[in-house]
Amino acid sequence: MTTDTTTRGAAPGASAPGEAVLDARGVTMRFGGLTAVRNVDLTVNSGEIVGLIGPNGAGKTTFFNCLTGLYVPTEGEVRYKGAVLPPKSFKVTAAGIARTFQNIRLFANMTVLENVLVGRHTRTKEGLWSALLRGPGFHRAEAASRARAMELLRFVGLDGKAEHLARNLPYGEQRKLEIARALASEPGLLLLDEPTAGMNPQETRATEELVFAIRDQGIAVLVIEHDMRFIFNLCDRVAVLVQGEKLVEGDSATVQGDERVVAAYLGEPFENAPGAEEVAEVEAAEAHADTPQDAAPGKENDR
Amino acid sequence: MTTQTTAPETPSAPVAGRTSGALGMPAPVARALATGGGVLSVVSTFLAWTWTSEFPGDLTVYGYPGGLQVLVLIAGALTALFGLSSYGVKGLTGLTPAGGDGALRFASLAAFGTAWYTVIAISSTLGGVVNLEPGGYLAAAASLIAVLGAHTLPFERPEPDPLDPDESAWEHIKHRLAHGWQTVKASYAGGTPRPVGALPSYAEILIIVAILALGLTVFTYGIGTSYDELFIGFLITAGFGFAALNKAGLVAQASQITARHQNITMVGAFVAAALFPFTQTDDQYATVGVYILIFATVALGLNIVVGLAGLLDLGYVAFLGVGAYAAALVSGSPSSPFDVHFPFWAAVLVGAAASLVFGVLIGAPTLRLRGDYLAIVTLGFGEIFRITANNLDGTSGPDLTNGSNGIASIPNLDILGFDFGAQHDVGGFTIGRFANYFFLMLIITAVVVLVFRRSGDSRIGRAWVAIREDETAAHAMGINGFRVKLIAFAVGASLAGLAGTVQAHVTYTVTPEQYLFAGPIPPNSAFLLAAVVLGGMGTISGPLIGASLLFLIPNKLQFLGDYQLLAFGVALILLMRFRPEGLIPNRRRQLEFHEEAEAPAVLTKAGA
Repeated sequence: MTTDTTTRGAAPGASAPGEAVLDARGVTMRFGGLTAVRNVDLTVNSGEIVGLIGPNGAGKTTFFNCLTGLYVPTEGEVRYKGAVLPPKSFKVTAAGIARTFQNIRLFANMTVLENVLVGRHTRTKEGLWSALLRGPGFHRAEAASRARAMELLRFVGLDGKAEHLARNLPYGEQRKLEIARALASEPGLLLLDEPTAGMNPQETRATEELVFAIRDQGIAVLVIEHDMRFIFNLCDRVAVLVQGEKLVEGDSATVQGDERVVAAYLGEPFENAPGAEEVAEVEAAEAHADTPQDAAPGKENDR
Repeated sequence: MTTQTTAPETPSAPVAGRTSGALGMPAPVARALATGGGVLSVVSTFLAWTWTSEFPGDLTVYGYPGGLQVLVLIAGALTALFGLSSYGVKGLTGLTPAGGDGALRFASLAAFGTAWYTVIAISSTLGGVVNLEPGGYLAAAASLIAVLGAHTLPFERPEPDPLDPDESAWEHIKHRLAHGWQTVKASYAGGTPRPVGALPSYAEILIIVAILALGLTVFTYGIGTSYDELFIGFLITAGFGFAALNKAGLVAQASQITARHQNITMVGAFVAAALFPFTQTDDQYATVGVYILIFATVALGLNIVVGLAGLLDLGYVAFLGVGAYAAALVSGSPSSPFDVHFPFWAAVLVGAAASLVFGVLIGAPTLRLRGDYLAIVTLGFGEIFRITANNLDGTSGPDLTNGSNGIASIPNLDILGFDFGAQHDVGGFTIGRFANYFFLMLIITAVVVLVFRRSGDSRIGRAWVAIREDETAAHAMGINGFRVKLIAFAVGASLAGLAGTVQAHVTYTVTPEQYLFAGPIPPNSAFLLAAVVLGGMGTISGPLIGASLLFLIPNKLQFLGDYQLLAFGVALILLMRFRPEGLIPNRRRQLEFHEEAEAPAVLTKAGA
């Protein structure tokens, strides 16, 4: 059951439902003595929206970077549609995993359309010679790219602003553009790193709709997010990462009901005081030269 | 709480958006003075300005302006025209689509600057103001009146920012200076030009032809200025005149029209450039022309590396050197160790290929570095090339480059029986040796322009810009940063090598000392980079104009002598302070540096 990732069409990277698109097994990431991610397993099946939540510093973004080839995991492996991920981020994108960034990273001085066209890079082949000689193939590919890019801009509702500079877009639209740019690489899996950070409730709702629409195209989505309502509305499955380890994974109800999750996020009642385990952890962290930025125990003490 | 929270008091509380000029002169009087001053300046150029023809240009003739007078005539006419246009005279309002007052100020400055420069030059050269004839006095007075009139026209004064009265005296001074500067800026401000309506395309093409003809005339005039005073006058007139046209909104309209017919403009520009040798009677200025072209072409090649891909290359001139040496070695020169004489096409291929190889060799290990490191490595490579070429003389190394003597007596090119060393007569025009090379170089320039345009507007060009903008995000988009950067580096290198093959033949001799990092004679790496930055990164016309200026100014202002580099440095600092996007700004960069101001929010496809 393999699908050609370069097939063109409404959902070029789509694969049959139920098939595992992303399979991370035992992913561990160490920076020197600091273990940012410890032995995390995560699967994303096609047609699924999976959420990844966790307090600040839980290792979400590090895990994300392992999935996108920015980091090579110290241990474990990440497979995309059965093949181990190549260790370079551009190869990962070519393989079919596209991402957005926590802090928007658009090409600020390029137009909206050009941003999306850059996203088409891996799905077009025209090199320097083709650009210089401008044969019919070049014009055809260029026109096709533009058409596809405009289609994506329409999809996210930015087609009216194709010639605007990306930097001049309002915040919410920059987020949308980043998603469109990621979709331009015809991914089978889209990784969204805090897509609603800094958004108002309406914009968050709109993003929700957009993510559903992307899923409906057959693209699997993995979302990192802080906004609980957003995550629980959106996701088929949610995994909780605390202190670099996967605490629990399951559907919204399971996760919401899990008291460890509540503890990690809201803190335990103060009467209970930090448990011996947490105290030990805090001390261990303080003893370390580079204190991990894990906020979970600290937050508990604040409350 | 700190004292900072005290309510700021507005000093002298001016009325918001007050419009008034200096000296409180009523606007109609000021406008009349400016326009009249312009007309009088024109009249004055038909009178004699001095009694003796000792001052260069012969300004003693009645009824026939000469030399610097012509420049004052043009500037005065411009002032008068803008003045009349600002009155709303029918048929002239089209001259100032963005409002006439800013344009009028600059035009009057052009007339004033040139006239007073001339008068002062006459007085100091000939020893005293007694050497002035009535015409000279009239010119000085008329242009002064024009400048006074134009600068007392009312304008919208900016309101000063509120200032905390508790601030120190120094802060007050700074604040007042800042407001003064704001006011000065506001006084020269122009409006937004109205867009050009759709004209019939033949009319637009005629306009383009006129623009190009004007450009050719100005350029030819500048190159042909035969004495220092005239060139300085030319710079004053051209500088302020261009500013006036810009404020009038004519430049914006012209760029709109040329953007509609990019290909025609491009071809037209090359035709205009090709006409240049025909405007010359001897080879003297064609020499300057061909050197400018070499310099400009290499600068344009560098613009791919710096302007598009954002790779700071401080040793770019070495690739020109590699190309030149490669071509010289296979040219059949007696001092070349190889006893071969390749035809030109083969030499071009050898030169470009040699540069390409060196580009890849230098690029492959260094392009994994970002930013500053790359600059340092390329700077080092530039010096390594020069020193190596110096040492491959048979004593300290193998005999390849003939050391500091270089490879001399490179024979002239001969393509299909056309001898580049000889004079040719074409339709009554004599085309000398340098003019021949000028045409050849023009073809190379065209190739470089083509490569720049086509690669810039393509998948690879977008990848270059993406890498420049945000390398991490570009990687996440599937761009192989190293590969794409290496391509940019290699393309840039081989284009420089291409220019080098022609340069070797033009200069007869190739020596290591032609390829310095910084030196008084362009092209060298520092000047190349300066040409790109000064002209405008990422544009085609920018480096061409930047290179022309950077070549012409030291070439014409010989009297600057040892202070050339100092003056150059000061000019560059001033430019970077006031116009960081360069003379011909890329739309992108203009937006980058002037976020809040006049910049358009929409980037149309008129970038270069």
